[in-house]
Amino acid sequence: MSSAPDAAPDTGDRRGDGREGPPLLFPGTRLHVVTGKGGTGKTTTAAALALALSRGGRRVLLCEVEDRQGVARLFGLPPLPYEERTIAATPGGGEVVALAIEPRAALLEYLDLFYKLGRAGRALDRVGAIDFATTVAPGVRDVLLTGKVYEAVRRRGRGRGAEREHAYDAVVLDAPPTGRIGRFLNVNSEVSGIARVGPVATQAESVMRVMRSAAARVHLVTLLEEMPVQETVDGVAELEAARLPVGAVVVDQVRSDTLPLELLDDALAGRVPASAVRDGLVEARVVRRDASGAGVVEGLLAEAAEHDERLALQDREQEALVATGRPLVELPLLPGGVDARGLEVLADRLVEQGLA
Amino acid sequence: MSAAPGRAASGPAGPVLDVDALLDDRSTSVLVCCGSGGVGKTTTAAALAVRAAERGRRVVVLTIDPARRLAQSLGLAELDNTPRRVEDVGAAAGGSLDAMMLDMKRTFDDVVEAHASPERARAIFDNPFYEAMSSSFSGTSEYMAMEKLGQLRARASVPGGDGSEPWDLVVVDTPPSRSALDFLDAPRRLSSFLDGRFIRLLLAPARAGGRAYVRVLSGAVSSVTGALSRILGAQFLDDLQSFVTGLDAVFGGFRDRAERTYAMLAGPGTAFLVVATPDEDALREAAYFVERLGADGMPLAGLVLNRVQTTALPRLSAERSWAAVVHLEGRTADDEEDGTAPEALSRGEHALAAGLLRLHAARMFRLEREQELAARFGREHPDVAVAQVPARPRDVHDLEGLRAVGVDLGGAA
Repeated sequence: MSSAPDAAPDTGDRRGDGREGPPLLFPGTRLHVVTGKGGTGKTTTAAALALALSRGGRRVLLCEVEDRQGVARLFGLPPLPYEERTIAATPGGGEVVALAIEPRAALLEYLDLFYKLGRAGRALDRVGAIDFATTVAPGVRDVLLTGKVYEAVRRRGRGRGAEREHAYDAVVLDAPPTGRIGRFLNVNSEVSGIARVGPVATQAESVMRVMRSAAARVHLVTLLEEMPVQETVDGVAELEAARLPVGAVVVDQVRSDTLPLELLDDALAGRVPASAVRDGLVEARVVRRDASGAGVVEGLLAEAAEHDERLALQDREQEALVATGRPLVELPLLPGGVDARGLEVLADRLVEQGLA
Repeated sequence: MSAAPGRAASGPAGPVLDVDALLDDRSTSVLVCCGSGGVGKTTTAAALAVRAAERGRRVVVLTIDPARRLAQSLGLAELDNTPRRVEDVGAAAGGSLDAMMLDMKRTFDDVVEAHASPERARAIFDNPFYEAMSSSFSGTSEYMAMEKLGQLRARASVPGGDGSEPWDLVVVDTPPSRSALDFLDAPRRLSSFLDGRFIRLLLAPARAGGRAYVRVLSGAVSSVTGALSRILGAQFLDDLQSFVTGLDAVFGGFRDRAERTYAMLAGPGTAFLVVATPDEDALREAAYFVERLGADGMPLAGLVLNRVQTTALPRLSAERSWAAVVHLEGRTADDEEDGTAPEALSRGEHALAAGLLRLHAARMFRLEREQELAARFGREHPDVAVAQVPARPRDVHDLEGLRAVGVDLGGAA
């Protein structure tokens, strides 16, 4: 990673984006798609990534498409409408804008934008055609969802002509879970069976061009557990086979070593006399000087043994992830759950490891 | 907090779910495990099935998407959509276990074949919409799980060669749904889709066979279909129309059956278990499940709380352990209170004691938080019985592991 090509001409810009910090893993990425097995922290990671990317005065759009209102919940906000709304301001004048993309609203907007179908659109809605198109033909729904994201990635704001700046410096998509991500992103092949020609097919092709470009990266979030790791390994293979650009594997909720491993090994192997532990516990006033403390020592060692077993399991799962050849980015387990401060801690880690 | 010795998982004050009594109750014939994704639903269903079989029930378990090694341990190396006997389970107690993995597409194919003529079935299979609908229509897997459940339930009481009924208990895992109770809504969703105005408009020419009233409708139809054609292409509508016409014939029977399955779920003999883990998201989903089951009049047996943090030393709190670490390492109490800062590894005289206490503090911190969340759930749903299953250091992927989970489940009472 240290040999990453330095795209920016000005010296000292190791990241290639004008900000200070460790070199970026994926310079030039403007669309970050975040997927992962359910329950692995996909939404949390997407939000932390958006916060990290917005530092240094940048404007970032955080999209969700699953109708779960996970972003609103995470930030402690009321449900978000289908509307871009600033949800966080970051130091240096940056901001995170959130958007909950709803397929029905996206289709109506799309019809209105391209066909001026104001009245006909409403007629379609009345007979249930919109519900139909957005629920029964999943490829069509996904084109609408990714199409909206694609529009945000390409949208220009201030200035004029080609000089105009992008409205968003980066877009982060809290995407469907790993099991569905290939189909979701590979919209072109999904709709080609049912809509070979026409605007939806054209739109799907444009979306695919962006999805397959260096400007987009798909990151997979996982825990160091069997099922999520298996799904991640399968997901990487599926995305690569579909020629979609895989970014990093984000390992979430990593438990750190809380005591030196060699000491733990010694203790578990019985090489440390129980009295040594007991002395420490007496010193710390956990065990009274006149008590044996055997139960406490035994209990603590049993917990440590379990911890050790879990670490060994994590190591094995980690090896499977390393074998995917993708860069691993680690996020710590926040024992108190994720709050505003926790999100900033996670954002710090993402910046330190070059994802943002 | 309980002062009981050993590995005490002191739970919420609410009622405790007696899983063994539920499994032993011969009037329980269907057990449905539901919950959000990633909470251990499949493992719970498999563990319940093994335990029930070893307590003398003749069980069939329908799993949705088991981890590979778990599937292998149940003899489910291949996904063939039919129940297979799991050897060495339950025979001593007069019970048995069959297991199967749901193949959504195959179940859908079977239903179409069962209800349509071969030519019509072929036409449906060849339609591009069938591929989309059978593999990714939101609700298809839920619908197919219901369909399979109905089939298993119907087969359960058909005597086999030896004159005995093959199963007296069906245990079902449910798909990890985006919205909590998709599998309950799936039949209605398909019905409302097929009875929807849009479909009726599309089908009108075919159903009416060119009768006069079609002309009345045709104005509305052509404005709608015209708009859709412009957006999606004309061939889209042709395919769609022939697909819907084809399925229309099939779905009458489909819908009836789904409605019977729904009624069966609501009837006596069925018990729902909501599965969750003690974290905020999963418990919020669980609360939604509980409320939704209540609103639908579905019989809820209780909540299974998986991966609950336990401790050998419940009386040594996070706060006290952390204070001890601080004392041993001579740091200030303001430093990282959660005890996970990696740079804080101590190397001094009492490094081992401090390290062990630090581990315990982190564990207690999680445990106390989980108990808070579980207690909140208990306050909000005081009638829901809860069974807690302790977190294990390793994944469950063999029969021994499933038996151990079963002991935890049954031993909760």
